[in-house]
Amino acid sequence: MTDIFISSDNIFSPIGESTAENFEQLKKNVSGIQLHDDRCMSERPFYAALFNEEKENSISLLQNNYTKFEKLLIASITEALAHTSIRPTDDKTVLIISSTKGNISLLETEEPSEDLYQKISLNSSAKIVASHFGFIHQPVIVSNACISGMLAILTGMRLIQTGQYKHAVVAGADVISKFILSGFQSFQAISSGICKPFDAARDGINLGEGASTVVLSSDEKFSSGIKVTGGSVSNDANHISGPSRTGEELNLAINKAMQMANVNASDIGFISAHGTATVYNDEMEAKAINLAGLQTVPVNSLKGYYGHTLGAAGLIEAVVSIQSLKENTVIPTAGFKNLGVTQPVNICSSLFKSALHHCLKTASGFGGCNAAMVFSKQ
Amino acid sequence: MSNSTYITSSCIISNHVVYKNGQPVFENKELGISDFLVSVYRYLNIQYPKFHKMDNLSKLGWLACQVLLQNNFDAAKYKPEETGIVLSNKNSSLDTDTRYLQTTNEIPSPALFVYTLPNIMIGEIAITHGFKGENAFFIFDEFDAAFVEQYVNNLLNCNILQCCICGWVELLNNEYKAALFLIEKNKSTNSIIFTKENLNKIYQVQNG
Repeated sequence: MTDIFISSDNIFSPIGESTAENFEQLKKNVSGIQLHDDRCMSERPFYAALFNEEKENSISLLQNNYTKFEKLLIASITEALAHTSIRPTDDKTVLIISSTKGNISLLETEEPSEDLYQKISLNSSAKIVASHFGFIHQPVIVSNACISGMLAILTGMRLIQTGQYKHAVVAGADVISKFILSGFQSFQAISSGICKPFDAARDGINLGEGASTVVLSSDEKFSSGIKVTGGSVSNDANHISGPSRTGEELNLAINKAMQMANVNASDIGFISAHGTATVYNDEMEAKAINLAGLQTVPVNSLKGYYGHTLGAAGLIEAVVSIQSLKENTVIPTAGFKNLGVTQPVNICSSLFKSALHHCLKTASGFGGCNAAMVFSKQ
Repeated sequence: MSNSTYITSSCIISNHVVYKNGQPVFENKELGISDFLVSVYRYLNIQYPKFHKMDNLSKLGWLACQVLLQNNFDAAKYKPEETGIVLSNKNSSLDTDTRYLQTTNEIPSPALFVYTLPNIMIGEIAITHGFKGENAFFIFDEFDAAFVEQYVNNLLNCNILQCCICGWVELLNNEYKAALFLIEKNKSTNSIIFTKENLNKIYQVQNG
């Protein structure tokens, strides 16, 4: 099967505007999560990783008639494209957009109308972004809950492998507003402090906002040294808002992704887990990791740095994992102290360096979806 | 070279008429959208209490899938992970998004919030039938038969799936349309080749 190379990438987040900037911050253990008291969003204070006022201002200076969601996508794609000679105007390049809620915040401030519905449709944002860069083909939009970012990379990989395209610019973003925050609050899913993935005292998630981009290519000459070697998606077929009790279905996706990448458990240098810090998600992931025979492999969750960035999460965390492979450096799990899952897992609690060749990235989401991908050094 | 795959069943729900394999099997033009969906549920004569908790988008997709599979699907032929679901629409879950946001003025409703993602409908179908294979939800301006053909055929030809339910399920206020297709590797009675032309032919016959 055609090899898929990572040509360039970007993370545009509250802690940095390029992959390099973000990775430097992570190595210094800098988290974007802070306490916010914003009555437009919530009657009570909440912890989240949001852009500060200064960043908000610099984002809003970008093209005035675009929404914040569209500006984030454009900022992330612009920076990613600065590190590759792949051009969006190439007939063989496709744009793939990932988001869960896109422009939904407009619903909070504007009167319902056909025009407003049109603006909220992800199709409109995708078209704005595509025409900003001059993409020739209609963009493909993935909206599949919290695995959207990973599914978008996998979709890019497949569209290239079928020969339809040679390159894919895969970008994801989500913006946090009252709509999303109140929903997770109504589920009692928001942590009272900074989240603690896999920890005994974990009590829920923090939300986060940001954007991220990866540029994929079938042409080795554009490669930055990392390949996407495997990917798979499964469904729990169990519950729409709670994860599987057994982890069997995430294990299914992990097995298929590893088979496709032709790697064994002993080849995996580390796992970048979903690790949302809800009681049920982390327990399910620990079970899946055990079923896959990966219980001794170092695992991290980046939610303590970025919060849960929803449609951007899979991309942001994949890009950090790719950088980890390049720098042979695994980022620790901020917020983790004492193991709080019933299965043995090797949670990485301090930064370490090691010769890394392959990493596994996982995610799960509402609707019972699971995704697993393997990234490898060339 | 890809192998032939087949559309072995189809279901369209549009304009208050339910079509199975091109033939109208149920209609009720008198009712509003919510009551119409309940009337289709009654017509199917299935006991599935979870149906009543779903939002209208999930009800529409779930009902179309029940009609699609009824008498046309041999579940014993496939392992759970061999059947996948690939759906698409234009306005995501906006119909329920507006309803959920209204509840935030008083007490935000977790029962509505969970339906503010379009792929929840995939979860509902997967739970009912035990399908554990690849699933994906895409947003397009209109039904994109060429994309569906390419994406689903790739999953089948690479043996990622042996069987796939795919199509379009859109609902916003009173406007809606569902068009689901069952794609399998083997021919069956009345099956036709899985091509974008055939998808569009079925999709457009009952256009409205």
